[in-house]
Amino acid sequence: MSKYLNTADNEWYKQRLTGVIICVLAAYIVLIVRLFYLQVIEREEYRRLSENNCIRLQNIDPPRGLIFDHNGKLLVDNRPSFDLSIILKDAKPVKQTLEKLSNYTKIPTEELQACIDGNKGMSPYKPILIKNDIGRDILATIEAHQYDLPGIEVTVRPLRYYINKQSGAHLIGYLSQINPVELESGKYPKSIAGDFIGKYGVEKAFENYLCGSRGGRQVEVNANGQVVRILRTVDAQPGNNIYLTIDQVLQEKAEELLENSAGAVIAMDPGSGNILALVSSPSFDQNAFVGGMTHSQWDALVSNPYRPMENKAIQGEYPPASTYKIITAMAGLEEGIIDNNTEIYCPGYYKYGDRVFRCWKKGGHGTVNVVKALAESCDVFFYQVGQKLGVDRLAWYAKACGLGSPTGIDLSHEAHGLIPTAAWKKSRTGIAWQGGETLSIAIGQGYNLATPLQMLSLISAVGNGGKIYKPLILKEIRTAEGEVISQNKSCVIGELPVSGKTLEVVKKGLWAAVNGQRGTARIAHLDQIDMSGKTGTAQVFSHKKNDDSHEKERSEFLKPHAWFVSYAPADKPKIAVTVIVEHGEHGSSAAAPIAKELVKTYLLTEKD
Amino acid sequence: MFDRRLVQYFDWGLLIITFIVGSIGLIALYSSVMAGTPNPQKMLFIKQLLWYCAGLVVMVISFIFNYKTLDRWAIVIYIICICLLVCVLLFGKYVGGSKRWLALGPVSIQPSEMVKISLIIILARYYSKHASSKGLTLRELLNPLILAFIPFSLIVKQPDLGTGILLILIAGSMTIFAKIDKRSFIYIFSVCIISVPLVWFLLKGYQKQRILTFLDPDRDPLGAGYHIIQSKIAIGSGMIFGKGFLKGTQNSLSFLPEHHTDFIFSVLAEEWGFIGSLSILFITLILVIRALSIAHKCREPFGIMLSVGISAMIFWQIFINVGMVMGLMPVVGVPLPFVSYGGSSVITMMICIGILMNISMRRFMFE
Repeated sequence: MSKYLNTADNEWYKQRLTGVIICVLAAYIVLIVRLFYLQVIEREEYRRLSENNCIRLQNIDPPRGLIFDHNGKLLVDNRPSFDLSIILKDAKPVKQTLEKLSNYTKIPTEELQACIDGNKGMSPYKPILIKNDIGRDILATIEAHQYDLPGIEVTVRPLRYYINKQSGAHLIGYLSQINPVELESGKYPKSIAGDFIGKYGVEKAFENYLCGSRGGRQVEVNANGQVVRILRTVDAQPGNNIYLTIDQVLQEKAEELLENSAGAVIAMDPGSGNILALVSSPSFDQNAFVGGMTHSQWDALVSNPYRPMENKAIQGEYPPASTYKIITAMAGLEEGIIDNNTEIYCPGYYKYGDRVFRCWKKGGHGTVNVVKALAESCDVFFYQVGQKLGVDRLAWYAKACGLGSPTGIDLSHEAHGLIPTAAWKKSRTGIAWQGGETLSIAIGQGYNLATPLQMLSLISAVGNGGKIYKPLILKEIRTAEGEVISQNKSCVIGELPVSGKTLEVVKKGLWAAVNGQRGTARIAHLDQIDMSGKTGTAQVFSHKKNDDSHEKERSEFLKPHAWFVSYAPADKPKIAVTVIVEHGEHGSSAAAPIAKELVKTYLLTEKD
Repeated sequence: MFDRRLVQYFDWGLLIITFIVGSIGLIALYSSVMAGTPNPQKMLFIKQLLWYCAGLVVMVISFIFNYKTLDRWAIVIYIICICLLVCVLLFGKYVGGSKRWLALGPVSIQPSEMVKISLIIILARYYSKHASSKGLTLRELLNPLILAFIPFSLIVKQPDLGTGILLILIAGSMTIFAKIDKRSFIYIFSVCIISVPLVWFLLKGYQKQRILTFLDPDRDPLGAGYHIIQSKIAIGSGMIFGKGFLKGTQNSLSFLPEHHTDFIFSVLAEEWGFIGSLSILFITLILVIRALSIAHKCREPFGIMLSVGISAMIFWQIFINVGMVMGLMPVVGVPLPFVSYGGSSVITMMICIGILMNISMRRFMFE
C-alpha cells in the first residue's frame, strides 16, 4: 500500500532493515569461513611456522655510493665486513654455545656475556652484535662449525673504506653510527639504529644521494635459527656515486707541502668556481671513525692544539692582513681617493693623532703609487687611503666582494668571517669607533676576520675579471650503473663592485708583487708562467695558551700567520690558490712557495 | 517530568552485550601488553581501564537527554568536528609519520573518531527528511556527498586512510539504506566504471605502485606483507582450542605489529583458538543485530537512520579489522570496536551505545 504513496513509512523501513541484516550475516559468513580455513584446515602448517617464529626478516644493507675525484680516480670505496651476532632465542643453551664460540674465536666468554648483558630487555629474536669486522680466519672457523653453533650468525655488511689515508679528510668527511638524537630528528627516514650515516664533509652533504635504500628478505629458519628457505627478496638499491671537482694529484701535492704545519690550502678554477684541492692540516684518519674509536683516540684528536678536526679552509677565521689591501686599493680607486698615479711618501711610519703607525719596512718605501704599494705591501700608503675612506665605506666594499658572509660551499659549518663597521662596534662593545682603528682595518688587522675560502673567492674574482663564483665541490652524480643524474653547473653569485680599469690597476700590483724587483712574493716567481699574488702576515695578539711551563711552545703560538693569495697565469688564470700557514711568520717565506709548487704541479706537469 | 516508560524501555540486553565485548577487549589487551614481550606495558592496560570508566559516564550522558535534540544540533556538531579536524592539520602532533592527535593537556584525542558520529548524525537528519520509497535523485545526493567529502579529505590528509575509507563506507551504507533512485543508481555506477581506468591512466608510476601494494600487501614483503604473514601465523597457530591465556608466542613486539591496537584480534585468536574466535565474532554479531533491531523498533525516521548509521559504523569496523588481520583485506588501520587499545575509540563507541539506548528507551514517544 505504502508503495503507492511514495512516503517512507515504518513498514518500508522494516523491509529495508531485513535486507541489511541479510548483508551483515553474509559478511559474517565470509569472516567465519576464513577463520575456519586458517584455524582448522591450515592449522598444522601455521602451528609449525609459529613454533620457532620461523618467518623472519633480514635486512640487506645497500652499498653506499662511491666517491671519485674529477678524473674518475676512486677516493672512497666499500669493503665487506663480516659481523658476528647471536640470536638468544635460537642459541639455546646459551651458556654452552658461548663457550664453544669462545673456543673457536678466542674471544673470552666474559666479553661475549658482556655484549649480551648490554642488550637486556631487547626481543630475544633480535640479533645482538658480538664483534664486527672479524678476520678471515675466524670467519672460516665459524663457517666450518656452523651446525655446532646454534643462533650464531655471520652477516656481511659493506663497510666504508677511505683509500688514501688522511687525504682530503676534511673535504670528504667520514661516516659514523647514527645516534639516538639523529634517529628521532626525522632527517634520516631510511635509517635504523646501528646504521652508518655521513657525519662530516661530502659524506654528510650528499648523504641522501650516497645512502641508497635498504632491501631485505623474508626467510624461514629452522630450530637452530639457520635459514632454510628464502621466501621473498627485495633488493637493496645502491647509493649514487659522487664525482668531486677535486684533482687528487693536486690535492696530494698540497697535502705533502703542508704536511708539517698547521694551516690550509685551497685551489680553485677561477673560470668556474670548481675547487681543485682543499686541504686542512693536520688531518685525521677517517677509517678510525668507521671502525669505532677508543676514548683515548678521540681525546687525542680533540685535545690536539693544532685542531685536526677543524676544517681550517672554511672554518678557520684569520685576520686577512695585507691580503686585504686588495680591497682597500679597489675601494680607494673606485671612490676617487687615489688614481693609478697618486703618489704617497712612506718614511716607514705614519702619525695619526698622537699615535705612530709603523710600516713593516722600518726604512720606509719612499715614494709609492698604488701598484708599487701593492707589490711591496706598503702599510703607510694604505693607512692614508683607509683613513680617507673611513671604516664604513671600506666595509661596504669588503662585503660586496663577498667577505663577511659564507661563500655557500656545500659543506656544513662554514664560518662567516667578520667585516667591522662603526655601527657593529657600537652595538657590540658600546664604544664608538676610533679613527685609529680604521688604519688597522685598512691593512687587514684589527677586528677583520676572513676564512681562506673567502679570500680564495676574492682573489679568483680579481683574476677572472670580476666574477664571484659559488665554490663547487660536486662535479656530478651518477647512478651505480654510471648514468649521470645531475651535473653541477658553475654559478656566478656576485660581481666585484669595481670598474675594469680599477681591476687592471690592482692586477698590475698583484703581478708586480710576484714578478717585480722588490715584490714581497718574489720567491713565488716562475720563469715559465706569470703568477700574480699578494702576501699577508697576520699578527696574533692573544692566545688561550696560558700554561707558562710550555714557554717555547707558547712563543710558537705567538708567531704571526702567513697568508698568500694568488692566481696564474696572470693574464688568463686557470688556477687560484690560497695558502695560510698558522704561525708561519711571513707570507712570503712560508705560504708563497707552497702556492708556487701547486701552480707548477697543475700547469706544468704533463697530464696523461 | 520523569516518565516511567523510560526505564521500562531501557535496553538492558544492549548494556549486557557491551559489557561482555568490553571485558573480552580488556582481557585481550591485558594479554597483548603483558605476554611475550620483554617490556610489559602495564600502563596501557590501566589507561584503557580508565578510558572505560570515562566511557561509562559518557554513555550515561548520551542517553539522558532526548536524542531528537541531536537532530536540531546536527549542523553545529558537524561544524565543530570539522573545525577540530582542521586544528589537527594545523596544530596536531606527529606520531609515526602522521598527524592524527590533538593534545589537550594530559590527554590526546583523535578528532577523526568523533567525526564519524557527527557525520552519522547530520546524514541521519538529512535522509530522515528526504528519504522516500521512490529513492533519492542525483540532486538530493549532492548534499550528502559534500558532507562526507569534507571530513574525508581532511582525514586522508593526516594521513589516516583507514578512517577515511570508514567514513565513505558509513555514508555509503546510510545512503543505500535510504535508497537511491534506480536511474540515478545506474548513472552513478556507470560513471564509476568509466572513471576508474581514466584515473588509473592519469596516476604516476609510484602512485600506481602504492595503490597496488595497498590492494595486495604481498607486494610489500618487508612491510605490510610481512605483518599479514605474521598475523596469519598467529591466528592459524591458535588451532581449534588456542594456546591459552598469556601463552601466545607470536605476540612479541617484533612479530605482531600494533599488537594492542589494529592486530589485537590476532592475539585473541592465537590464545583462544577457533572456538574462542568464533564466540567473539558471534558476540559482535549479536551486538550489530541488536543495534539494527533498535532501528527496527523505532518509529520515526531520524531515530531509524541514526541507529542504522551507528550499526553500519560498528559493523564496518569489525568487518574491516578482522578481515584485514586474516589477510582478506588491504592493510588499513581500523580499530576493532571495544577491543583495540585507544581512548578516543572507546569513548566514541560508548557514545554510540548511549545514543542507541537513547533511541530505544524513547521509542514510546512516537507510538
